[in-house]
Amino acid sequence: MSEEHVHIVPYKTFLVIWLALLILTGITVAVAQFHFGAWNIWVALGIATLKSGLVVAVFMHMKYEDRLFRLALFSALAILAIFIGLTFVDVLYR
Amino acid sequence: MSGHIHKDYTGAKFGMWLFLFTEVLLFGGLFILYSVYLARYPKEFISAGKELNVWFGGGNTLVLLTSSLFVAVSITALRRGAKRLCLGLLGGTIACAAIFMINKYFEWSAKIHHGIYPGSPHMKEMMPGEVTFFNLYYLTTGLHGIHVVIGGLILTWAMILIKSGRVNADDWVILENAGLYWHLVDLIWIFIFPLYYLILH
Repeated sequence: MSEEHVHIVPYKTFLVIWLALLILTGITVAVAQFHFGAWNIWVALGIATLKSGLVVAVFMHMKYEDRLFRLALFSALAILAIFIGLTFVDVLYR
Repeated sequence: MSGHIHKDYTGAKFGMWLFLFTEVLLFGGLFILYSVYLARYPKEFISAGKELNVWFGGGNTLVLLTSSLFVAVSITALRRGAKRLCLGLLGGTIACAAIFMINKYFEWSAKIHHGIYPGSPHMKEMMPGEVTFFNLYYLTTGLHGIHVVIGGLILTWAMILIKSGRVNADDWVILENAGLYWHLVDLIWIFIFPLYYLILH
């Protein structure tokens, strides 16, 4: 494949994603006003994960890259998850 | 090859992504510290988190999200040959970086004015979990702030290359990679904001 034909993302797509990010920021602030106990942190992390997914997929063009890029991304995230998981196995059951 | 220099865009972008993964692991370590201490001192984290100003954190979230939009659009603009629009958007991004740091300056000044900084007499009287929260707050937002400054410098460099025509509609990977770095700065903040500023507000 010629490098010249790499996907050019239209302006409108970026504007839609930006609006979605602003709305999600509003939701995360609004939700934080209610107290669900331990659930607050999970809701906040869920929305943050969704927001970062949008940034990575569209702003950072991950959606349009080779499969190799996604494979590398998921490997890195898996390493981070193992890192977090093993830390908590140690901390919680010490 | 018909005489022109071979460009490996996939390789260049992949290399940038590999670097970004190391950044994710670097900040990941700080988020692990946060989560371990949150599990140990939930009450203290909530009382300390209330000291942080949602308006500074929220305002800077909007600034970074908008700057990310500018960078993303600037790449499309450059590739469509709209050089002036591209330069304008990058100028806007760098302005956003400056606004972010000015906000940070006022935010930290207010905290320091209230005696909240690592090793301060006021912090020595706090509960251990609160001290941990503020130390992690300064470490994480400080490291992130350094990334904002570096990102601003990288984008300035990209702007100079675009102005001189060395980075152009046919050869744009430097802007692409500079943009990737800037988006990472935004990504880290997407997690810092709810964890530090919104914790049971």
